[in-house]
Amino acid sequence: MSNNKSIGIVNYGAGNIFSLTAALDRIALPYGMVNTIADFDSHSHIIIPGVGHAGAAMDKLRHSGLVPAIKALTKPVLGICVGMQLLSEHSEEGNVDLLGLIPINTLHFAGRIELKVPHIGWNRALISRQHPLFDGIAPDAYFYFVHSYFLEYNENFTIAKTEYGTTFSAAIQQDNFIGVQFHPEKSGKEGEKLLSNFSKL
Amino acid sequence: MEPTPTNHLLAKSSGVAKRIIPCLDVKDGRTVKGVNFVDLRDAGDPVELAWQYSEQEADELVFLDITATHEKRKTTIDMVKNVARQVNIPFTIGGGIKEIADAEILLNSGADKISINSAAVRRPELIDELASAFGIQFVVLAVDTRFVDGDAYVFLNGGRLKTNIRTEEWIKEAESRGAGEILLTSMDHDGTKNGFDIPFLTRINNSLRIPVIASGGAGKAQHFVDVFQQSNVDAALAASVFHYGEINIPELKNLLRGSGIDVR
Repeated sequence: MSNNKSIGIVNYGAGNIFSLTAALDRIALPYGMVNTIADFDSHSHIIIPGVGHAGAAMDKLRHSGLVPAIKALTKPVLGICVGMQLLSEHSEEGNVDLLGLIPINTLHFAGRIELKVPHIGWNRALISRQHPLFDGIAPDAYFYFVHSYFLEYNENFTIAKTEYGTTFSAAIQQDNFIGVQFHPEKSGKEGEKLLSNFSKL
Repeated sequence: MEPTPTNHLLAKSSGVAKRIIPCLDVKDGRTVKGVNFVDLRDAGDPVELAWQYSEQEADELVFLDITATHEKRKTTIDMVKNVARQVNIPFTIGGGIKEIADAEILLNSGADKISINSAAVRRPELIDELASAFGIQFVVLAVDTRFVDGDAYVFLNGGRLKTNIRTEEWIKEAESRGAGEILLTSMDHDGTKNGFDIPFLTRINNSLRIPVIASGGAGKAQHFVDVFQQSNVDAALAASVFHYGEINIPELKNLLRGSGIDVR
């Protein structure tokens, strides 16, 4: 592994990554694409992006052949949005088993809350457990969310929670695996700070 | 149309902040409406304008592209990429999207959402196609509406062409086809600076389970307080009052906050 910091972006075809690489450029973090198992060795940190359908994303990830290597990673890993949901056990979206790295489930808002779905817009991530990911960020900062499915709140894994008709996990962590439901690459200065904090883990 | 009773449970403070959205009209990669920003080096540069708005804590941006010719589309795509590179808030781009491929290139260039209007009226299946290709959260349906003899009708071509389509029926159809958000412009109010069409926005908002962006009529900051408090829409959009500095976004946010409205 290189001694220098570099973010490896798992490039499995689930959604565009232009906005993510643009954000990393703005904060001057080097990055590269992870297309093969060998590519993991070139990076100190790994981001799993993802938009769209969780079941479809999991299919693409399986086809990439990268699943066993992801599960074996010991370096810091950040899943964003659907990339976060992939870390969980199971999603109601497509009724599909996911990576199972964090033992909670991804559920649909519809039928569980009275509010509009998707949850679109800026909402507060309320820090529930101190974690360096949120260093220098207010304990109730706003981040940008766009999603119809959510990870359950669980005090063992949730490091920040959000209220939207129910309480769900805005950020989760188990060992080296971290996930955020919001889009740090679209969340103003706080989002950029969070990405920068991740690179320092 | 009767409001859905359960929608009264849509709490005023759901947690999610009400959004303030400046709208920029662009043609061939340049802003076309007059802009009067003191610190702007190039008022015609949508990227610099967008960056200024993000610094002022606008929550989101909408670009309406009125580029006339197909050949100039590449200019639009370059603009989208440059906005995505520079700006750290979400943005929507509308104009000229008639098929999946048009939307795909914009999304892959960093746009967060695409907005469709006339093309969806002419071929409603476009909504279904975009929603199933990219997810409903990428699909904003823009509707220009005007009252004729007491009924609201959909207008096309920037409000110049009347259709016989009832606005409320069209919006309900769009929601069921997979629109993720409705950008509703009241042509009767647009440009008047007399405030948003609160009764109509309230009726539409209460009939939907997807977010509504109010547009048309903003003239002063209090109009934003009124539209959020009285109609409970999710976002409010304006152009000239922001471009000419008549409403300063940080001051507007303070007013909204002081009025008990959740804002970022």
